[in-house]
Amino acid sequence: MIRWDVIQGNLPLIGTKFLEHLALTVVAVVGGLVISGIAVVLIRDRPRIVALVTGFFSIVYTIPSLALLAFLVPLTHLSFATAEIALVGYTLFILTRNLLAGLASVPRDALEAADGMGYGRTRRLWQVEVPLALPLIVAGIRIATVTTIGLVMVTALIGFGGLGQVMLRGYNFRNDTLVLVGFVLTVALGLLADLGLGWLGRAITPWSRARAG
Amino acid sequence: MAATVTFEHVTKRYPGSAASRPGAVEDLSIEVPAGKVCVLVGPSGCGKTTSLKMVNRLIEPTSGRILIGGEDIASREVTDLRRSIGYVIQQVGLFPHQTIGENIATVPRLLGWDADRRRERVDALITLVGLDPAVHGDRFPAQLSGGERQRVGVARALAADPPVMLMDEPFGAVDPIVRERLQNEFLRLQADLAKTILFVTHDIDEAIKMGDLVAVMEVGGKLAQFGTPDEILANPASDFVARFVGADRGLKRLALTRVESLDLRPAVTARVGDDSGEARRRIVADPFEFLLLVDAANRPIGWIGQRQVPASGALTESMASAMSPLLDGKTTLKDALAMLIDAEVQVGIVVDGKGAVQGLVTADEITAYGRRDASASGAPGGAMASLR
Repeated sequence: MIRWDVIQGNLPLIGTKFLEHLALTVVAVVGGLVISGIAVVLIRDRPRIVALVTGFFSIVYTIPSLALLAFLVPLTHLSFATAEIALVGYTLFILTRNLLAGLASVPRDALEAADGMGYGRTRRLWQVEVPLALPLIVAGIRIATVTTIGLVMVTALIGFGGLGQVMLRGYNFRNDTLVLVGFVLTVALGLLADLGLGWLGRAITPWSRARAG
Repeated sequence: MAATVTFEHVTKRYPGSAASRPGAVEDLSIEVPAGKVCVLVGPSGCGKTTSLKMVNRLIEPTSGRILIGGEDIASREVTDLRRSIGYVIQQVGLFPHQTIGENIATVPRLLGWDADRRRERVDALITLVGLDPAVHGDRFPAQLSGGERQRVGVARALAADPPVMLMDEPFGAVDPIVRERLQNEFLRLQADLAKTILFVTHDIDEAIKMGDLVAVMEVGGKLAQFGTPDEILANPASDFVARFVGADRGLKRLALTRVESLDLRPAVTARVGDDSGEARRRIVADPFEFLLLVDAANRPIGWIGQRQVPASGALTESMASAMSPLLDGKTTLKDALAMLIDAEVQVGIVVDGKGAVQGLVTADEITAYGRRDASASGAPGGAMASLR
């Protein structure tokens, strides 16, 4: 039932859409990271505002993706912006929550020592807090990335979608091979991203596995 | 390099609360001379840690001023001030993501030292605190034992050779055996470094052991007494201080003083082979009823009772019937007393490094010392001088 000639004939399309899928994901996760990072740094000392912002992000997170796209299209049309607004929106809840948890996981005594030795606020954030929060931050990035890889499919409905487009085309032309190729590549991308980020996370936090003996 | 630290009428109140709120400090005025260790001690909530943290401005006083080397710390830029003060806390607070070497280099890095100078300093400090740069330098804190982490904490605080160090229960998180070893190492280090150190503890024994000066604080942040350990043990200023230092304060004073600072009682001695008639005449004239038999090098062999000394002939080793504990000048009075209580003859023989008799000390003389007040004590320069 897999027709290799179909794959061969559509190789340029599959390649382009794979890269597009990757690009949509990376832009969404990086954009989400920047936005949630700035938000967290600005609000983290004010628990009420933290509750408000994370509450808002969690509401966004619960909106069904189709409904969100339908809501956005009249505002931002069938554009890249529309796709990314939706994708970024879904990452914010996961990333914000993990950034906050990561910063909260930094040992208090390390912070007190940093203050007592004369770290300024900014230097303390980048040289002490962020490195120590990395295990949870990277965990958040993994979840957000895998989630986004799945969600990118849905943006096929507004003309993007990466591998979602390949599957949609296969569905429209009753071409099972294309459907299968889109499916397999999406799953493979998700798995690779998960494994790759997991490896990266361990590589940049050698201290987290250091034990006595 | 050290600087005097002065508290002038320092008060810390917390908003909307009485002065007795835990951590408050009320009108604290003390001066810690350059190069001395001042221990702030008291029950929890007495404001000792607050007082410490006001020195590096982790907490700002409500009123009053703190001077380091005569300069008001409020006029210093806060991060500059902190980089010039060593800071050690109970949980150590090493950065888990940095190696031991990187941790120790923290303040030099903040001060912008170049890499070569930092590495040289780090290796010297790791060695100074009794670890090995080649072994420990590239490890992470999680790979060290509790005692090793505490040592690294001290090394990190010393990194930029600060004139003043603040130590907040620095040995509180390790077991008693390791704690005692760290305390002794620290006293040895301090004997060379001579930093001005403010040291917080809730343990009066640690305060007495570590402090040149001890500030006893009570709940409400009031200074109950400020003085040398010997003064505080000998003359507690109030019932609170007396209770806090404990009913065994006489015994604690004994632990502060060494045998060498007592006036030793001369021993009546005779060598093996000496004429016993002559020895007998000398011992009968002495109120103490035992003759100490010694060998040719003046090393003690044993006691001979007054009546057992023959009227004529030569003294022999077999005449000695009992021996008592040998003490050297460095033995603390507390240890000496413990040895004497168990001994057959409750007189300690003080010997020098070669084992030769220097004199005698009795259990009664030691207990009498424990009862005397500080002004009458024979220890010159206070008890700590005799400890160092």
